Amino acid sequence: MKKVSPPGLEKQAIKAKARQGFFIGLPSIAYLLIFFIIPLGYVIAYSFATRSRSGRTELRDWNVDAYIRLGEDVVQAVAWRSLWIAVLTTVICLLLAYPLAFFISTRRPVIRNLLLVGIMIPFWSNFLIRTYAWRVLLSSDGLFTKVVEGLGLGDGRILFTRPAVILGLVYGYLPFMVLPLYASIDRINWSLVEGARDLYASGWKAFRRIVWPLSRPGVVAGSILVFVPSFGAYVTPAILGGNKESLMGSYIVDQFMDARNGPLGSSLSVLVLGVMLIGTMIYFRQGGRNL
Amino acid sequence: MNHSSSAVELKNVVKKFDEVTAVDDIDLTIGDGEFFSLLGPSGCGKTTTLRMIAGLELPTAGSVLIHGEEMGLKPPNKRPVNTVFQNYALFPHMTVAGNIEFGLQMQKVPKEERSELIEWAINLVEMDGLSHRKPTQLSGGQQQRVALARALVNRPEVLLLDEPLGALDLKLRQQMQIELKNLQREVGITFIYVTHDQEEAVTMSDRIGVMHEGKLLQIGTPEDIYERPTTRFVADFIGRSNFLEATVASENEVVLSNGDRLQLQSDHETGESVAITVRPERLTIHKKRENSTNQHQIDGVVDSVVYLGNAIVYSIAIDWMKLEVRSSETSNSRYSIGDEVTVSFDPSYVSVVSG
Repeated sequence: MKKVSPPGLEKQAIKAKARQGFFIGLPSIAYLLIFFIIPLGYVIAYSFATRSRSGRTELRDWNVDAYIRLGEDVVQAVAWRSLWIAVLTTVICLLLAYPLAFFISTRRPVIRNLLLVGIMIPFWSNFLIRTYAWRVLLSSDGLFTKVVEGLGLGDGRILFTRPAVILGLVYGYLPFMVLPLYASIDRINWSLVEGARDLYASGWKAFRRIVWPLSRPGVVAGSILVFVPSFGAYVTPAILGGNKESLMGSYIVDQFMDARNGPLGSSLSVLVLGVMLIGTMIYFRQGGRNL
Repeated sequence: MNHSSSAVELKNVVKKFDEVTAVDDIDLTIGDGEFFSLLGPSGCGKTTTLRMIAGLELPTAGSVLIHGEEMGLKPPNKRPVNTVFQNYALFPHMTVAGNIEFGLQMQKVPKEERSELIEWAINLVEMDGLSHRKPTQLSGGQQQRVALARALVNRPEVLLLDEPLGALDLKLRQQMQIELKNLQREVGITFIYVTHDQEEAVTMSDRIGVMHEGKLLQIGTPEDIYERPTTRFVADFIGRSNFLEATVASENEVVLSNGDRLQLQSDHETGESVAITVRPERLTIHKKRENSTNQHQIDGVVDSVVYLGNAIVYSIAIDWMKLEVRSSETSNSRYSIGDEVTVSFDPSYVSVVSG
């Protein structure tokens, strides 16, 4: 005797399953809708809107003028400068983080956990406060300046210069590089390296042919996690760079606050958003979901 | 090159991990072209021994020689050996062909020669048509073959195999045992094979070294190890055995616990307590008081009977213990529980080991 479910029951079950998470997720869905999706809609709408003579953004006469202005030399200069600083920050983070992640993943479990906690300790205090702390260290009679000059490495007064901005960005985003790198290096089966050594590979060759390619998901993930926020950074350039050089973040703020040009500020925001979106897509494509 | 007949020689090799002695003063000479197995339970130091030959571990003391050449601190890539790892250690980001090519690339073998050798190796392990697959797209048995091809393509002087069949199911394992043995004959390379499976070792090896707690207990042909174990551990680990407690009376006589005297040669000291070991299939079962050609016999009662198809296993209760008897006589003269019987044995199939 076969038991047959009445028709339609399966469909109902599937529907119920689809609804399952909805009510639990409702508060966060509402939160995201009110504070993220709607403002985002505003930004996109603003970018096609018209700026009145008084500087008000008026939602009429839809046009793409704000996007055409992205081609202007001033805007281009800001974009390329931001891009360059973000690339430099990413490369420095990668060079610093890779050996560190490798070191951590080859330690005993106890030491490994201690080091990982150490990497995360900075997150316990506010990013703004930590950036201000750098301002103290970098001031003309600060510790950093004194050490650099004491070692005879030349003028240590880098506050309000581009090196200070990059220093601050590297400091702030290094953990975002170390953690995914650690995760992917730690996952590599060490016997693969032994296998390579057994097949006549030198230590360096074993690294080049085995460890590096297998840790690439971590390299891609970490690079994007550093590059994306560096590109749009606002706080660090403002505090450590003294806003001497316009970068994307501060330039957008300027458009809204000083120039009162909502449409341009919005089209710039959409540009940054686009860069971040592409980065995030690459991240998820390259095994980011394994992290 | 030194063409001495030994492929690998270990001299007083010791390996300590912190305070734990994994390998305890091993001396071993493995001949050129030999299929040698290191057999022992897990944690006996067999894998560590293999890794010291490969250069993946360095001995705490002693020396490792390959074809008469002292290996010293040489890293694995400078040693003329290749390893088939227990979990295969195939490179997941390379194809089958890429894995096989790796060692050749590292040795800077020219391209045309490389492709010839890869083809040879793929043919050897019968993996034709799968060379563009990634390791994850292969079954366990296929991965095992790739690991073998990847090592053999380098034509090493010695191939080290660390439980290479451990992950396969029984049928495939038995098939691979035969294939491995044939392959070894075909390529004529020295194989050093680590396993905890006594049947595997006995099936394939020219000689076996039995290890226990870091020590090499006995080295010999499978027959030596099986028929003439020198220690109780070896007799117990390989196959099934009966152990009868006894005392040495003189250099050619031992006394069993019931007072029976047996004429057995042993190099144990007079008065020493020993055990005599005899395999279940070397015991013969008769009706009680029936005349036997064997001078050694013990009376007992059938305690249990287990029919195995090709054999019957009896448990015979004698005065002070139970004996396991395996009889291939399955149709005629079967005995039942409670039958009074006599168990006899040929002394040439009996070993005296330390109690």
